[in-house]
Amino acid sequence: MTYTGWFVEQFGQGPGWLLANLTLILAIAFPVMVGVALAVYADRKIWAAMQMRRGPNVVGPFGLLQTFADAAKLFLKETIIPTGASTGVFLLAPMISFTLALVVWAVMPFDAGMVLADLNVGLLYVFAVSSMGVYGIIMSGWASNSKYAFLGGLRSAAQMVSYEVSMGFILVSVMMYAQSLNLSDIVMSQKGNVLGILNGNIFNPLLFPMGIMFFITALAETNRPPFDLPEAEAELVAGYQVEYSSMSFALFFLGEYANILFMCALIPTLFLGGWLPPLDWAPLYLIPGFVWFLVKMAFMFFVFAWVKATVPRYRYDQLMRLGWKVFLPLSLFWVILVSGWLMFTGHFAIAPGAI
Amino acid sequence: MTAVFAFYLFAVTLLIGGFLVITSRNPVHSVLWLIVCFFNAAGLFILLGAEFLAMLLVIVYVGAVAVLFLFVVMMLDIDFKALQRGALKNLPLGLAISGIILTEVLLVATGWQPGQGVILHEALAGPPEGMTNTQWIGSQLYTRYFFVFSMSGLLLLASMIGAIVLTHRRRIGNRRQDIGVQVARTPAGTLGVGKAGLGQGVEL
Repeated sequence: MTYTGWFVEQFGQGPGWLLANLTLILAIAFPVMVGVALAVYADRKIWAAMQMRRGPNVVGPFGLLQTFADAAKLFLKETIIPTGASTGVFLLAPMISFTLALVVWAVMPFDAGMVLADLNVGLLYVFAVSSMGVYGIIMSGWASNSKYAFLGGLRSAAQMVSYEVSMGFILVSVMMYAQSLNLSDIVMSQKGNVLGILNGNIFNPLLFPMGIMFFITALAETNRPPFDLPEAEAELVAGYQVEYSSMSFALFFLGEYANILFMCALIPTLFLGGWLPPLDWAPLYLIPGFVWFLVKMAFMFFVFAWVKATVPRYRYDQLMRLGWKVFLPLSLFWVILVSGWLMFTGHFAIAPGAI
Repeated sequence: MTAVFAFYLFAVTLLIGGFLVITSRNPVHSVLWLIVCFFNAAGLFILLGAEFLAMLLVIVYVGAVAVLFLFVVMMLDIDFKALQRGALKNLPLGLAISGIILTEVLLVATGWQPGQGVILHEALAGPPEGMTNTQWIGSQLYTRYFFVFSMSGLLLLASMIGAIVLTHRRRIGNRRQDIGVQVARTPAGTLGVGKAGLGQGVEL
């Protein structure tokens, strides 16, 4: 019997379904929050190691509780709402940021069949939610009624909209290979897809450049360095976050890291074979898929932190140039190239609705 | 039961959002309410079983079009007093136009019966067995409705070229960055060691 089935039997159709889904949502949201806390710690430790420092090491064993201490400090502070702010929008903005960062996890398959909502338009759902993420930032920038925040919000809106375009084209080339928008199907389509032994689109020479581009686009989408212009400390003090304090700031911060973790999970799903081991070799399947997934996620997170520690920030016009003049034509051309290759090799012949 | 509840939730929020779009005093709030409307319309699409259209509505309208609206409206320097000054003068014209539209809507809503009127194609039943909504739309759009689809694509292309032609101009005195030239620079081409004699400058 399925998990939901048990609840339906115990509590009846409506309430049972509701209860089952509520517990499942908590079972995703709570580990994500703990994961965020550990990710912040890992981030700081990795930068520290790369800059020959120690990093957080005072609170708790090895400084593990540092993030929780920071969180407690933020929650106990006073929430300040500027007099000139548009109060409703000002308070709504961090909530939107945080909620969207959690909502997007609903379609992420952690293992075979281990997914809350197995949507057949899963990839579009991810794209839709991540394109809405810009509102949290642009609303906070406008509602703060401050020059710094406003400029940060505008920069961020332009940046995220620009990079979404090429991100869409990269997703198109992946979904043409998988012939599906469902994330579980996309993972399963990568089973032994290269030479019958390697699992993962990244090993495919046609999709390898797309994988690299998707990683860079993900950095831009999550406002991570080297593309963290919306909050560039040197010029905008902290961009859209200037006027925020305590809880509302914490929500932005948590949402940002939850988004980064999601991107670290999405890249393995699309390019590294998700919960599958890297080689299609029977003994490797003895390790549970969930473990492979977490290992790949942790690796991607390390790369994110690595980039932050080593690459200097882009200038704004160069960021725009990279998005519109390099990534957009390249990804558009690559969609044509990939679809031409797939047409040539007869990949689409078995698709439903093919003529 | 859940579907009925969801329908009324989305529909009522959509109507309230639409009402607030036109009554909000602040144009930024209007755009934000418009986004609420788009979002709820997407919810209604999902209830109809058109999940692909719903996602597209959110991606295109909420994710791109409304962001640009917000962008423009936020940058406007609006004097609310000046906006309200002309309201009374334009009231008769506005009432007349809205009256005409209301009459038309009422005529259509009361006189129209489903299935009568202009039929371009016979309506399609839902997706066939073994095909998802998305695959079905794709297989119909690129075969049966290919002409209409490509024409609307051409229309969009024409409007895009029009917008670019109208706004693109070469500004005089604007020094543009040429990345290729910058990257191709080498120390040999730019650096030189000169020896300045006593009381003399260096010829550059």
